[in-house]
This record gives sequence, structure tokens and C-alpha cells, in this order.
Amino acid sequence: MLELISQPWPWYTSGIVIAFVMVLLLFFGKSFGFSANLRTICSACGAGKTVKFFDFDWRAQTWNLLFLVGAIIGGFISAEFLSSGEPVQISQATIQDLQQLGISAPDGMQPTEIFSLSAAFTLKGFLILLLGGFAIGFGARYAGGCTSGHAISGISNLQLPSLIAVIGFFIGGLITTFVLLPLIF
Amino acid sequence: MKSIKFIIAGILFGIVMSKSEAISWYRIQEMFRFQDFHMYGIIGTAVVLGTIATFVIKKFKLRDIQGNPIVFTPKEKSVPRYLLGGTIFGLGWALTGACPGPMFVNVGFSYWAIFIAIAGALAGTYVYGAIKDRLPH
Repeated sequence: MLELISQPWPWYTSGIVIAFVMVLLLFFGKSFGFSANLRTICSACGAGKTVKFFDFDWRAQTWNLLFLVGAIIGGFISAEFLSSGEPVQISQATIQDLQQLGISAPDGMQPTEIFSLSAAFTLKGFLILLLGGFAIGFGARYAGGCTSGHAISGISNLQLPSLIAVIGFFIGGLITTFVLLPLIF
Repeated sequence: MKSIKFIIAGILFGIVMSKSEAISWYRIQEMFRFQDFHMYGIIGTAVVLGTIATFVIKKFKLRDIQGNPIVFTPKEKSVPRYLLGGTIFGLGWALTGACPGPMFVNVGFSYWAIFIAIAGALAGTYVYGAIKDRLPH
């Protein structure tokens, strides 16, 4: 059994569990939206004193911070106890495309060219993660949600704004993939 | 008990995102290059089941565990904020290979470099809050 769990899970398992988590949170009286935590953390750190947007009762969002803590624990459990240690099983075509950019085939979950500490603390590596993160934080709040809030919860509720946001996610993602990455690497 | 259920839901989320490799930069690249069905399968299955669940909850006016009606707040109507905000988000998503949830799951995976992206995401959130009134919404 553990051997079976330790293999990578097929996509439908993941889709089912993500929908289950969304429904679970609804029945807990909450709604699934991960990036709201970033606003909560800013507020908890005192950002409300300087910026009105962060001046709200962040303690009411504690449940979502607990969900965040759970997500970290879930990652830890997977890495420590449920992992076969096999590299990510991406398609051959992607491996070849990325090799042309100078990014090696998967060895674990993440490419060493970006996520190893030696890469992350070069100027280029540091800026990739910092600016990438900045765009995610800025864009998520501007759009009013991220993948969980728009692509999953919003579209499930047939919200046109969420569909527009997801189209935006892809416009941005395609620009990075086909324009920025070849310039950077 | 009141709070532990949120931690458990989070653990479930963290495990499934890890085990389906959705936290991997490689998988996000594969998605944006349209070279495998994997990520589309994950999001597609979640959306189809989520739509059915949302429909059923509304249709039968189901209540949450505290007995309150489950309400869905419709998103504010607009185009620029979703299109512009979404595009900026997408630029970062493809660069770091992690949206906000997977960023934190990666911490559990001991990919410490992700803290740089998390710091960036907090800074981005703060800057948005500071200049939001000057942006088209």
C-alpha cells in the first residue's frame, strides 16, 4: 500500500482531492482561496498602520493561516514518508525544450538551475525568484485571487471574472515561457 | 478541534499537490508548453467536480457544519483588473513554477530557495495594497 502511495499520483486523484478540499472548506463555512493569506500575513506584520488595504481584522483569517501551515506539513509528509525519490515524470518534449534553455532533465521535484541554494544566491537566480514572487503577490491581489480562488472556486461557481483572470494567467504564463525564459537563460 | 480541521484540510492539500507533482516547476513549464495533459487533467477534474458540488449546494440550499447557509459571493464585474492582474500573476507563475499554495508546500519539501519567492510575493501584495487606488480596476 505504502509502495503504491509512494508513486506519483495520477491527475484524476489530484483533481478529486482538490475538489474535495474546496467542498470541505465550504462546509466549514469558509471559501478556498490561498493567496488571501499573503494579505493576512502583511496585515499581521503591521502593514495596516501604513496602508489602509491591510487595516482589517486579520485574526478572522486565522483559519486560512492554519490551512497554510497544514499545506507545509503536507509537503513535509510527502517528502519524508511518501516519496519514491523518483524525478518528476514530465514529457520528453518538455525535457528537450528545457535542455535547449540549459535546464537539465528532472532529478527531483525542482530544477537545480533555479532552486538549489547556489543558484538562488547568484544575482540572476535571486532576481528570478524575487521578481517572480513579486508578480505572483501583486497579480493575485490585483486580480482578486489566484489559482485556487479563480481557476477552481470561481470557475466552479461559473464566474465570468474568474474565467477572464484565468485567461490572464495564461497570457502571462505564455509570455514568460516563450519570451522571457529564452531571454533569461 | 475547531482549528485542527483546517490544518488537516491543509495537510490533505499539501500531500495531494506534492504527490501529483503540481508543485513542480517542471510541471508548470510542461503545462504552458501544452506538452502533456497532466496539469489540465488536475485542474479540469477539480473544476468539473467543483461545478457539480457548487450546483448541488445551491440547488438544495445546503448548510455548513454550524448550520449557516453556504453562500457564494459573486465576483465584482470588471475586465481590466482580472485581465491585467491575471497576466501579471501568470508572468510570475511561469517564472517560479509555483502559485501561492505550492510555494508553501515547497517549504515542506525543504526547497529553502522558495523563501525568496515568498518574500517577493509578500512585497508584491504590499505594493498592490499601497498603490491600488491608482490602478484601473
